[in-house]
Amino acid sequence: MNRFIKSIALAAIAFTSVGAAQQATAEEVNLYSYRQPFLIEPLLNSFTEETGIKVNIVFADKGMLEKIKAAGENNPADAVLTVDIGRLYALKQAGVFAPVDSDVLKANIPAHLRDPENLWFGLTQRSRIALVSKERVKEGELKTYEELADPKFKGRICIRSGKNAYNVALIASMIAHHGKAETKAWLEGVKANLARKPQGNDRAQSKAVYEGQCDIAISNTYYVGKMQTNDEKPEQKKWAEAVRVTFLNQGSDQRGAHMNVSGAGVLKGAKNRDAAVKLVEWLSKEKAQHIYAEVNFEYPTNPKVEPSQLVKSWGDFKSDTLSMEDIAKNREEATKLVDEVNFDEGPTS
Amino acid sequence: MTAQAQRPPLIGHLLPKIQFSPWTLGALVIAALVATPILTVLYIAVTDTSHIWEHLYNSVLGLYLERTLLLMAGVGTGTLVIGTGTAWLVTMCRFRGSRIFEWALLLPLAVPAYVLAFVVTDQLEYAGNVQVALRSLFGWTRPQDYWFPEIRSMGGAITVMTLVLYPYVYLLARAAFLEQSVCVLEVSRTLGKTALGSFIHVAVPLARPAIVVGVTLVLMEVINDFGTVDYFAVRTFTAGIFDVWLNMNSMGGAAQLSSVLLLVVLVLIVTERLARRDRKFHHTSGKYSELPSYRLSGPRAFLAFTACALPVLLGFILPAAVLTHYAFRFYEETLSADYFSFVANSLILSASAAVLALIIGLFLAYAVRLSSGPWVKIASRTASIGYAVPGAILAVGVLWPTGALDQSLSWIGGHLGFSIGAVLIGTIAPVVYGYLVRFLALSYGTAEASLGKITPSMDGAARTLGASPAGALQRVHFPLMRGSLLTAAILVFVDCMKELPLTMILRPFNFDTLATFVFQYASDELLEESALGALTIVGAGIIPVILLSVTIARSRPGSR
Amino acid sequence: MSGLHLRAISHAFGSHKVLSGVSVFAAPGELVCLLGPSGCGKTTLLRLAAGLETLQTGQVEINGTIVADGKDRHQMPPEQRGVGLMFQDYALFPHLNVRDNIAFGLDPVKGGRRSQWIDEALATMGLTAYADAYPHTLSGGQQQRVALIRALAPGPQILLLDEPFSGLDVTRRAQIRADTLELVKKSGVATLMVTHDPEEAMFMADRILVMNEGRVVQDGSPVDLYFQPADTFVAEFFGPVNQFNGIVKDGRAETPLGSFDAPGLADGAQVDIMIRPEGFRLSFANETPKPMPGDPDNLMILQGTLEVVTARPLGRSSFIVLKLANGRTIETRIPGVFLPGAGSQVSAAVNTRQVHIFKTT
Repeated sequence: MNRFIKSIALAAIAFTSVGAAQQATAEEVNLYSYRQPFLIEPLLNSFTEETGIKVNIVFADKGMLEKIKAAGENNPADAVLTVDIGRLYALKQAGVFAPVDSDVLKANIPAHLRDPENLWFGLTQRSRIALVSKERVKEGELKTYEELADPKFKGRICIRSGKNAYNVALIASMIAHHGKAETKAWLEGVKANLARKPQGNDRAQSKAVYEGQCDIAISNTYYVGKMQTNDEKPEQKKWAEAVRVTFLNQGSDQRGAHMNVSGAGVLKGAKNRDAAVKLVEWLSKEKAQHIYAEVNFEYPTNPKVEPSQLVKSWGDFKSDTLSMEDIAKNREEATKLVDEVNFDEGPTS
Repeated sequence: MTAQAQRPPLIGHLLPKIQFSPWTLGALVIAALVATPILTVLYIAVTDTSHIWEHLYNSVLGLYLERTLLLMAGVGTGTLVIGTGTAWLVTMCRFRGSRIFEWALLLPLAVPAYVLAFVVTDQLEYAGNVQVALRSLFGWTRPQDYWFPEIRSMGGAITVMTLVLYPYVYLLARAAFLEQSVCVLEVSRTLGKTALGSFIHVAVPLARPAIVVGVTLVLMEVINDFGTVDYFAVRTFTAGIFDVWLNMNSMGGAAQLSSVLLLVVLVLIVTERLARRDRKFHHTSGKYSELPSYRLSGPRAFLAFTACALPVLLGFILPAAVLTHYAFRFYEETLSADYFSFVANSLILSASAAVLALIIGLFLAYAVRLSSGPWVKIASRTASIGYAVPGAILAVGVLWPTGALDQSLSWIGGHLGFSIGAVLIGTIAPVVYGYLVRFLALSYGTAEASLGKITPSMDGAARTLGASPAGALQRVHFPLMRGSLLTAAILVFVDCMKELPLTMILRPFNFDTLATFVFQYASDELLEESALGALTIVGAGIIPVILLSVTIARSRPGSR
Repeated sequence: MSGLHLRAISHAFGSHKVLSGVSVFAAPGELVCLLGPSGCGKTTLLRLAAGLETLQTGQVEINGTIVADGKDRHQMPPEQRGVGLMFQDYALFPHLNVRDNIAFGLDPVKGGRRSQWIDEALATMGLTAYADAYPHTLSGGQQQRVALIRALAPGPQILLLDEPFSGLDVTRRAQIRADTLELVKKSGVATLMVTHDPEEAMFMADRILVMNEGRVVQDGSPVDLYFQPADTFVAEFFGPVNQFNGIVKDGRAETPLGSFDAPGLADGAQVDIMIRPEGFRLSFANETPKPMPGDPDNLMILQGTLEVVTARPLGRSSFIVLKLANGRTIETRIPGVFLPGAGSQVSAAVNTRQVHIFKTT
């Protein structure tokens, strides 16, 4: 039994030492991230190099909001970095963000890509597009999101789960434009056109097009770049080659392609607020925006920064100017619609 | 007489006075601490006012339930058949390789379900090796040319979960078979039953409590799994919980759904207890000669070999081989200095959680044995139900009390004139706490079962010979339970190594374990990059698993 | 006051009452048996005395110390009571060898002084060669003896034996009983033993308490109980009986065998008459049954003869079933070999001390 006691003691020492380690460095910022560390590490390393501010990070895809709320004023995190407007909005609604009145941010980020109350700031943009088979889908055959419900595409569409944040946002934007009833009918139409039960991630949809399981894949833009440049797994280049990037709703009388953002916000009661603000500001600056563009193939929100050459090669497009908040507000309704039409059961049921 | 004296009937005894011995008091306090996160989830559920039920009821609730039950039925049956069948084969029969299978059959336990899901899909999907080979063999060119089962389906989920979960049943069934008196089996044979008949009519019913415990553990794992079902696009109740939480922004609704899951599990447990209540499973004979060891040969040996080899091949060798292959191909990217700190983190967390869970499980089980009233038992049972709560939801249940404790500490600190800040949140304490809440069922259940096998007269003998309760535990029970307790600790250890959602949400800054490291890639379906980490989790699980098997083989009464 | 006192003990498991106001006393050196069918509460009483069960009502006193009192919920834990308890299943610790089992209750420091006692006890019980053996390698009888030595090793103030011989072969039982009795008597402690076997109780006990349904129905010496059972339950418990129903007339109870003295019973009372098989004396029809040593002067000779249904030799005695005039049969047991042919006639007499008459309840 003595050995047990020793082990407990060891564990206790381990707890405290981990806690203590964080209080040692001088200037630092504690970051909760919904984005995988390997995606943002190049950025953060560069930030530390330049400013000397150390970035401590925890990555999680859920539970962050509850963690912030439960810790209350002891919340150790200073800022949150996340993809998808839904999460930014949920954090805002929960009242955990503190406003940041920064001229830098106002100058770098267009108004429609940041919160009106300066609670969150969009850092990158991505569009939800169609990747269509170069062989089996003619130019101009698919032009709009609305057309995805057209019976001519029966058995030809691949998409990930309707519950995925990016799809929920897309459906929410449909509700914002067309209302709930029309969107529901549209969603039923899309479901009927599916080639298979919704599954996998966006990349897997292009792969399915390449393999001939379907003709149209719904995907975020940056996946195309990741596939096209994947030297580790050259097979992915073939998937990308098989598809044609198609921005939807581009007609002169149309609203433009659906957009989503990744963004950041500073938390209330942040112990390292100055450092946190510095980080968010830095992320909006040209250098960081450039890294975003080059490494992650995302569209910078800073208008002074160009997308990467590769991204530009997909062509210019018109983006939907629907406010991010309007999308976020319709998310719950969109989620319910996915349930109501039983979208994720796929075409057979 | 004596048996009755030990277990007074619960009904008619509903409100007995609690006697506050140190054991009772300690057990109630510990049980309360461990139960707090679970009660927190219930509290969130009860106080929530969002109206998700109407929507769910009108749309997908029935579907969720149907899928969940189907999955439970499928995995339950699969693990029951494979676990019990292989346990019987390696315990009672001798055939080529049977000695190796004794421990090899446990190996899939070390493979996280989500990892096997990736590997299986990777191999069996359209672009996977299997279908590529089939196409080149038969000259097919398009998916429309042939039929191949849909991998990301209910069937796929059942298969994968069965393959990684059957060792629970195998483990407990084998231990039970080893403990069986050979006499009852011989009686069965002389009464005209075949070896198989004896297995079905005597050995399995006798081992039923152990098998039921195993299957119950499996079902709880099935209920709270999210990663695998999500990957296979099977929409279970748990998938619904996360949907309500993350897409409808209703933690309360998610907590309500989780409470329903808890209720299902409670019903499961209570039904099982009631069904077992009036039956005795103590062995009536103390004679334990060598087990019969039917020597198999020819086609029978081949069949037995195949039956044992398939689960190991699919549940362990295949994923291990694929992961090794990818790990070699991508080790440059993933093998960094950090990798070793992830290993160290995983080991420290899992080991401390295993030791704590063991001590607390043993303490609670022994306190239940000492106490006469039902309160300690009820408290302990409540404390060990965390196994059935989805990890991420449980994490929220852990966050609230630790956050509240932190805040009260800093409030006290503030009044005393110094600033404390976060004491718990931001350390690994909540992670270990979460593991404990989650996996106490394993250690408590094992300790309880193991104590149950020690006749109460042992306690009486020790006590009348002058040993205090603690002395009796140390000098009599602990030595007798050592094997089972090691089993419990190893189960907890291996499970903690694999644990993901609690770790991810509760961990401090800059703190990665192997599981979180794997997940950051796996969440983007980057199997190859995650291979090294996954392989390490599997590897770290193998050694204790083999140790475990050796312990069980030694545990047979009469063999030393 | 020395010895073991259990006073007015009542106990219930939930709503199920197992003991109602039971009092037991065992003086130092005295061996008292609790005798009764299973479920009569005798084992619970033992466990209450040892402190393994929480006392609800009543009082337990050991050598002048009150160790448990239901009134103030005072409970001394078992390890402080100084009781030796031997379990029905012996409860030997499987992970300890014989010597370590026996030494379990000894203080590791002061225990050295008892090691000589252990060696002697092992020698007395013929276990010297097994000191290092593990329990599962021993025979049932050996395990029983180890358990007894273990219970006595710490020098307990009282000894409690729970069905100490029930797990043994019949052939070995007599010897082990004698050995046990010797060791227990030598220890000189007050001993309470639980059994359901009357023969065992009569062999071992200085005094027997017969229990039924949670109450003591009779307390007395083995001879008292055998010859003067308090009621039909005790009479039947001490062995098979031939039972008749009758009515008292002129102070005598009428049976098909004749009438027997029924002192203290009113005329017209319904009574049960019980005659033990060994209370009969038989002879061939043309002779008069002879009294045996110890038979009272008024050995009652029955009128007429009875028909033999079967006669079987049992070794030391013969078992003979007879048919009465009214067609009913009675069982008799005669010492030695007496085997009249089936269908033949015999004369019979009854030792009236073996006839027990109780008012029908």
